[in-house]
Amino acid sequence: MMAQENTPILNTEDRGGPAQPLLVVKDLKKYFPVRNELFAKEKKFVHAVDNVSFSVAKGKTLGIVGESGCGKSTTAKLIARLINPDSGKMVFDGDGVAEYGGIALKEFRKNLQMVFQDSFASLNPRLTIEQTIAYGPTVHGVSNAEASVQARALLQRVGLAPELFASRYPHELSGGQRQRVNIARALAYQPRLVILDEAVAALDKSVQAQVLNLLQELKNERQLTYLFISHDLHVVHYMSDEVMVMYLGQVVEKGPVDRIFNHAAHPYTQALLSAIPSMDPTKRTLKPPLEGDPPNPINPPAGCRFQDRCPHVKDSCRSISPKLAPVGVVFDHIVACHLNLEPRTYA
Amino acid sequence: MRNALLQVKDLHVQFNGQRKAQALSGVNFEVAAGEVLTLLGESGSGKSVTLRTLLRLHPEKTTRITGEINVDGQSVLALNDKALNQYRGHTTSMIFQEPGLAFDPVYTIGQQMTEALRTHEQINNATAQARALEMLERVQIPQARKRFDAYPHELSGGMRQRAMIALALVCKPKLLLADEPTTALDASVQIQILLLLRELQKETGMSVIFVTHDIGAAVEVSDRIAVMYAGRIVEIGNVTDIVSKPRHPYTQGLLASTVSHDNRGSPLVTIAGSPPDLAHLPKGCSFAPRCARAQANCLSDPPNLVTTDSTAFACWHPVA
Repeated sequence: MMAQENTPILNTEDRGGPAQPLLVVKDLKKYFPVRNELFAKEKKFVHAVDNVSFSVAKGKTLGIVGESGCGKSTTAKLIARLINPDSGKMVFDGDGVAEYGGIALKEFRKNLQMVFQDSFASLNPRLTIEQTIAYGPTVHGVSNAEASVQARALLQRVGLAPELFASRYPHELSGGQRQRVNIARALAYQPRLVILDEAVAALDKSVQAQVLNLLQELKNERQLTYLFISHDLHVVHYMSDEVMVMYLGQVVEKGPVDRIFNHAAHPYTQALLSAIPSMDPTKRTLKPPLEGDPPNPINPPAGCRFQDRCPHVKDSCRSISPKLAPVGVVFDHIVACHLNLEPRTYA
Repeated sequence: MRNALLQVKDLHVQFNGQRKAQALSGVNFEVAAGEVLTLLGESGSGKSVTLRTLLRLHPEKTTRITGEINVDGQSVLALNDKALNQYRGHTTSMIFQEPGLAFDPVYTIGQQMTEALRTHEQINNATAQARALEMLERVQIPQARKRFDAYPHELSGGMRQRAMIALALVCKPKLLLADEPTTALDASVQIQILLLLRELQKETGMSVIFVTHDIGAAVEVSDRIAVMYAGRIVEIGNVTDIVSKPRHPYTQGLLASTVSHDNRGSPLVTIAGSPPDLAHLPKGCSFAPRCARAQANCLSDPPNLVTTDSTAFACWHPVA
């Protein structure tokens, strides 16, 4: 077991080799139509996800941060194909998803699982914990007996004694225990990519730390790749190898976690980082780093979408939308901003 | 404490509805005029129950309350219906976590504020409207005139929370109860609301009880912090003392398990287990089953709050 942890043994299903990113997303786009006013001339759309492209390396964690309405959860749902994108392509380990000659959607979904924020709503109240975990694999052709044995082993692994918990129903568990069940259920498919959509946001601090530790252990044991979505920057910093910052449906900055937290280049990322409470009563925040609420994603303005809240806005920001480009010579740190701001440190 | 605005003495709250729960077991604290006290705790620790008891919002049939609550010389638990209506909103007022649910959806923001004003003060409609509008401007709502006639659903989350604060403060209460006012908001908006609350508190000199589970937010706004666990205050003291030298093992564990940039790459320190079931509280210290320092007497006798020169804590074997 130890040897396996230290040397990443290639999964037999590892098609693309170690250098191939596990997931590549290209130009993902989803506009939601807004119910129109009668006789409205112009049809309105919520630009939920607008030309988002990124890739996730094998065995790494990509953190996605942003305020509510920035499209981070929609991106997750588009990747899991819980909703269909308007356009865009995905490549999973070298194979196009749901394309001719690529990987079939059912096969893809087996490789990808999701854990949601609301641990209660995401469990079927009429199934016991064991049934919940065993249900998925049986749909994919595992026998009932085998699925049940596997479910109990998984319960044991996430820290819930099967003899006590297997026959309980979701309402008999606490929030932290339910989230452990959700994690066990996701792992039952033996996925390679796990999307954690605000998975620890609803938990109390002392329980949150337990679940974060569990997630890190499982990642090392099973060579999982995580897409970790959260609005809590402390947690994202702790979990991620790479961080992607989204604003109004677009990626504004992406880079290795140390670059983002120590040398943030986008004014929005800088503002987000300085909005973190300091935990030191002598260093209280004196001025809010950002004024106003996140703007409405319905028909956003031309040019840079951050223009109305940006303290450094220039004329060119109002007309030309910035493209993602490397910051200086650091090629894995990309930012979409015209300003070339001095990178700032917050850690 | 001299000139305490609020005194809570030996407060017990028990719910006897479909499920029984001992929500508060002997809570004692005081809030001075112009002071900001934060009640910090996890879900089920009794922080919101304390706030609701201060306004007597619990259904009387199924709740048993014993103890004493004095606000500004009045005994809150003894107030009759009419006096209670005067007390709510006028002496003490509350803001909630979900402003979307706390507003009445069928009246405009302005109507709700004028209604509150005219219930408590003998003024005509025009004066009330003018004062409500002034209050909306004080909480930095842009285009206050337009928002005055807006319905709650037409405002964004941060804007609704500002309107909620305006509604709570329009009658100039002496005590403001803030029940997780920033939990549902984004980080960039959260800090705006926290700063606004701090500014308004300084301006009006009111006392504030701020309830949160977020230590960072507590540190930003409060003078003192009371840490609650399973219906009791386990430690209370100045912000600096609580953050820098906590004495109760629970406070220490809570601070240690907070994720920050220092613990990247190593496993987080955790408090094992989960909070106790309020229907079956342990006999001794309720934290004992999760506590690494617990000894025999922790399981049999509940500790009382002991005052020291830094913080007051309820623990038999405190952290040195």
